[in-house]
Amino acid sequence: MAYVPLADQDQEMEMHHPHSWVEKYVWSQDHKVIAIQYGGLAVLTGIVGLVLSLLFRLQLGFPESVDFVDPNFYYQAVTMHGMIMVVYFLTALFLGGFGNYMVPLMLGARDMVFPFLNMMSVWTFLISVIILMASFFVGGGPTGAGWTLYPPQTTMAGTPGHDAGIILMLVSLAVFVVAFTMGGLNYVVTILQYRCRGMTLMRMPLTIWGIFVATVLGLFAFPALLVACIMMMFDTLLGTSFFMPAVIESGSPLDYEGGSPILFQHLFWFFGHPEVYIVALPAFGLVSDVLSVHARKNIFGYRMMVWAIIAIGGLSFIVWAHHMYVSGMNPYFGFFFATTTLIIAVPTALKVYNWLLTLWEGDIRLNAPMYFAIGFIFTFIHGGLTGLFLGNVVIDLPLSDTYFVVAHFHLVMGVSPILVLFAAIYHWYPKLSGRMYNETMAKAHFWITFLGAYAIYLPMHYLGFLGVPRRYYALGSTDFIPASAQELNSSITIAALIVGTAQILFFINIIGSLKWGKKADPNPWGAASLEWQTPDTPPKHGNWGDELPTVYRWAYDYSVPGAPEDFIPQNTPERVTPAASDEHIDTDKDSTLADV
Amino acid sequence: MSLIKTVTEKPWERKGVIGGMEPEGTFDTEAERVALTFFLVIATVIFSLFMVSYYIRMELPDWEPLSEPAQLWFNTGLLVASSAFFQWARNIVARGDSKNLYTSFFGAGVLAILFIVAQLVTWNHLQAGGFYLSSNPANAFYYLLTGLHALHLAGGLWVWSKSAIRLVSGGEPEDIKLSIELCTVYWHFLLLVWIVMFAVLSNT
Amino acid sequence: MTLAVVIFLLVVGSIIFHFASPWWFTDIATDWGSIDFTINVTFWVTGFVFVACNVFLAYCIWKFRKKPGHKAVYEPENTKLEAWLSVFTTVGVIAMLAPGLFVWATFVTPPDNALEYEVLGQQWQWQFRYPGADGILGTADTGFVSESNPFGVNPEDPNGMDDVVVNDPDMHLAVNQPVKALLRSNDVLHNYTVPQFRVKMDLVPGLVSYLWFDPTKEGTYDIMCEELCGIGHFVMRGSVTVESQAAFDSWLASQPTFAETQNAAGPDIAAGQAQYAACAACHGANGEGNQALNAPKIAGQQPWYIERQLNHFKQGARGGDGDTNGAQMTAFASMLTTDEAVRNISAYIATFPDNPAPTTISGDIANGYDIYDRNCAACHLDNGAGVWYTDAPKLAGMSDWYFVTQISNFRAGIRGLHADDDYGEQMVQMATAMGDLDEIEDVAAYINTLR
Repeated sequence: MAYVPLADQDQEMEMHHPHSWVEKYVWSQDHKVIAIQYGGLAVLTGIVGLVLSLLFRLQLGFPESVDFVDPNFYYQAVTMHGMIMVVYFLTALFLGGFGNYMVPLMLGARDMVFPFLNMMSVWTFLISVIILMASFFVGGGPTGAGWTLYPPQTTMAGTPGHDAGIILMLVSLAVFVVAFTMGGLNYVVTILQYRCRGMTLMRMPLTIWGIFVATVLGLFAFPALLVACIMMMFDTLLGTSFFMPAVIESGSPLDYEGGSPILFQHLFWFFGHPEVYIVALPAFGLVSDVLSVHARKNIFGYRMMVWAIIAIGGLSFIVWAHHMYVSGMNPYFGFFFATTTLIIAVPTALKVYNWLLTLWEGDIRLNAPMYFAIGFIFTFIHGGLTGLFLGNVVIDLPLSDTYFVVAHFHLVMGVSPILVLFAAIYHWYPKLSGRMYNETMAKAHFWITFLGAYAIYLPMHYLGFLGVPRRYYALGSTDFIPASAQELNSSITIAALIVGTAQILFFINIIGSLKWGKKADPNPWGAASLEWQTPDTPPKHGNWGDELPTVYRWAYDYSVPGAPEDFIPQNTPERVTPAASDEHIDTDKDSTLADV
Repeated sequence: MSLIKTVTEKPWERKGVIGGMEPEGTFDTEAERVALTFFLVIATVIFSLFMVSYYIRMELPDWEPLSEPAQLWFNTGLLVASSAFFQWARNIVARGDSKNLYTSFFGAGVLAILFIVAQLVTWNHLQAGGFYLSSNPANAFYYLLTGLHALHLAGGLWVWSKSAIRLVSGGEPEDIKLSIELCTVYWHFLLLVWIVMFAVLSNT
Repeated sequence: MTLAVVIFLLVVGSIIFHFASPWWFTDIATDWGSIDFTINVTFWVTGFVFVACNVFLAYCIWKFRKKPGHKAVYEPENTKLEAWLSVFTTVGVIAMLAPGLFVWATFVTPPDNALEYEVLGQQWQWQFRYPGADGILGTADTGFVSESNPFGVNPEDPNGMDDVVVNDPDMHLAVNQPVKALLRSNDVLHNYTVPQFRVKMDLVPGLVSYLWFDPTKEGTYDIMCEELCGIGHFVMRGSVTVESQAAFDSWLASQPTFAETQNAAGPDIAAGQAQYAACAACHGANGEGNQALNAPKIAGQQPWYIERQLNHFKQGARGGDGDTNGAQMTAFASMLTTDEAVRNISAYIATFPDNPAPTTISGDIANGYDIYDRNCAACHLDNGAGVWYTDAPKLAGMSDWYFVTQISNFRAGIRGLHADDDYGEQMVQMATAMGDLDEIEDVAAYINTLR
């Protein structure tokens, strides 16, 4: 069996067709159902992370009047918020959710290459979430060691959740890595082997490139986390000294000797830095496609975008120690890692330029997805530029461990990817649900989220310039922090509460529109990529009906001179212009959807 | 397919179906084999990270090298034999033959099981000799690395046992051909990992 | 359209915020102006890119928004433009990186004339050690750490004998004298940060890290811990005073050497007993306490804690405004004129039989346990015995009403905020984190179960 001709796979697919409700929606092997299970679970976990952040923001903003957050809970909330958002929310949502949904549809495949493994992946992910959440209910509560889990602190008595909480965290992470590996192998092999006829690598939409490279990064980076977790578990439970040096706990020496806490940090950040791009690269891909469709213009410099994704992915493995400039590691490493870190700014900047140039001479439809995509460009420019401060090793000396770091990474890998998530969810909602969302509500959601987020994080950088340390339960009395810093903290908290609450609009919109939304056209935006060309909306199991599509062109044939329409779907044969009767094309819709 | 050529192509200039039935850039092999290749890279990353940690930890002053018991040479022999039997089984199914398939295929699995048992016995000897897990990082790494290796082998045996059941319950050799081929690759990989690991452990 | 205007306004607003912000770098107190220079270069480069990109973004949204009859231009790529942009970006990156690397090269190579001193971090306090006359710091190891040798200085190492040990979180430096700080930790990661000095570095147990600087401006600055080190991270504070060489020398001379701390004469219990007569009237002959006279039980309390509190009363760090009972103690404590007297009386109190004080407070024990276990046990230990290592006094079996009074005093800022009360602010912060009087009583009720 060399290559399985795609037509032959149809028969195999038949065998997996579900026969009951449970098989269809619970033990489903359909990538679209799994995508929604993955995404839904990630969002639910993310809501926990959001609520935790609002609770500790209340403490930071109003330390005098908030007494239900004690120092112990503050550190637990900060830790769990960080870990949930980075791993269980963003990674799972981008790759488990969007990866699962988009990969087969955009590539013209019927499903993932290993549907059963795919189902196992989502259920394993559920187990890891359950283990994580269980730590809230054990004695001592969840770990409060900071999401970086640095030893020796994690397992010592002065740290919240140092007994059961940290063990559950480590187990949960290990299970997550297993879940991710099952899913990740699927995405990678599907992208390499299950593309439809004519879908060459360079014809893939950038979404797929982003997901592909991010998945490869994840497959090679998560092992470092697994290794670190295993060794830390050995130290905690079996008394080894991989990471644990001789230390004193509450006045008495512990039975450890000679371990290296910095070794843990190297392992952690060897995972942790690629992790940033595991979240960012799918976002880069998704936003490229949203921008291109709504600007009615091909993505500018497609090749450069692909190269930049690959370059960023490669470089992301040799920059990790920029998180450790002041960790006490050999300071000479600083030269190397500052250089690599600033080099990574070049491909990233080129991506930004190309997004901007995609808008240049476009025909921009300012729909809600476009609002979010443009909001992303703004916050990403801001977050990317502040990264140049922290990456440059000497500037990191005054700024590391201050609120500047918090503001930077929230803008660049919190707010920016989340704006892309919203853009993508609104953009693909009509395909996913067969209904239109409410445009007014989506735009209100955009304004509050975008402006609110900037009101949170712009001032926060300035607390960092001042030198206000992060991870402080209360500022206490110092000579250098003026009282106005506390007022600023209060206003940041108010903005955070508003932004947090405004997300209700999003849920009302996407849940309500399932029932009350206007029925959507199969291709309401006039998009050229394959997922919009499915025979059914939403796509049925198997995606393509009787016949798999064949691809004749790249995914960005927008406003091609001489073409009758301003887009040509990927599966339109060369020299054959789409017939006027083609149901996908509705000449009236542009005027109804554009708002300007 | 040249990677450079692929990614420098200008996709907007070429129209039409490229590559016939297979889109350009697809590997001419089974999906399972591609997946296994990726998995082997992941496993290599895991073992390499442990090795790097081993070397970093070794530099610290409290390290007392563990002298590996001679029994490990015997264990190594078992693993080599297991791998060789798998290769034998692979060659048989590759020829479309079935003679000696039972001997080679089951022999490979049994030898692998014996290897794991022998590893456990070695652990017990070390424990009895006072080389406890927590007494020195060199010991801890020995137990961790050998344990991890045995765990990988156990995972392989799970796949092997599925094929074994299929074979015993009247399956044709053709049905488990791919499985045997992939197991053989995996076994060779684990043998290689073991040899590297054994060399590192004995020389430090 | 609105979006274009908003993006433009955000750019303008960010610039205005930047220039109007009262929150900015503290005035630099070392000669690390080169770091500030690198920051300024980075600000100009990134600021230009920020404005240029976003104004271009706003312009595109406004100019190319959908209009009837308008069609987008088909332009797959423009290699020339992309090449220029790459070059332009690379130049900008080099402009920021090059000065950064030069300054870093200075940072990693301390000058030969830098004097060494040691910073020791532990949960949740700072201590400092200066080389003595020989200019060499003795070796140290966590294995040697004990109540009488909190630095873990190697007692066999002759270089360590004349080391000056500063067992409180306030250190001094001479102005314009470059120094190299050697950083050690007894337990977890910490980070030695003085914002005005610009440089910081982690303290890592098991190894010695370093940083160096040349203090150029006299003054007293806060030392902050900036690596999460457990529940007390946010209250791990110290201070550094930069002063003239003469003032520094006299301060250093007034600090004990390691040998002095090791060879101090043992306390004279008989002398302590004689002095105690004045205390017995209120605290009872065996230190059992008397609530009617607002005198807490002192029998069984940790001797170092009694010593420290007597000194606080003497110095006026306790018993100030609002603390009438404390003011009475000031008068009595002042009768102990010498450090020896304080040590003798503490040693005598340590000989009393430790019988639990009567319980006078009741409350929700389960809630008390929850609060105690989460927030108090890290220092005062699970059994409430307290320990010198975290500067935590004994709570179990002590007077519960006194506990409530003192927590209330901490909350009200009556106790703990005096500059000489080194670890008082830690308790102020922890006590304010408690909800109300009921919660304090719940905790007291729980502590009553620990006897």
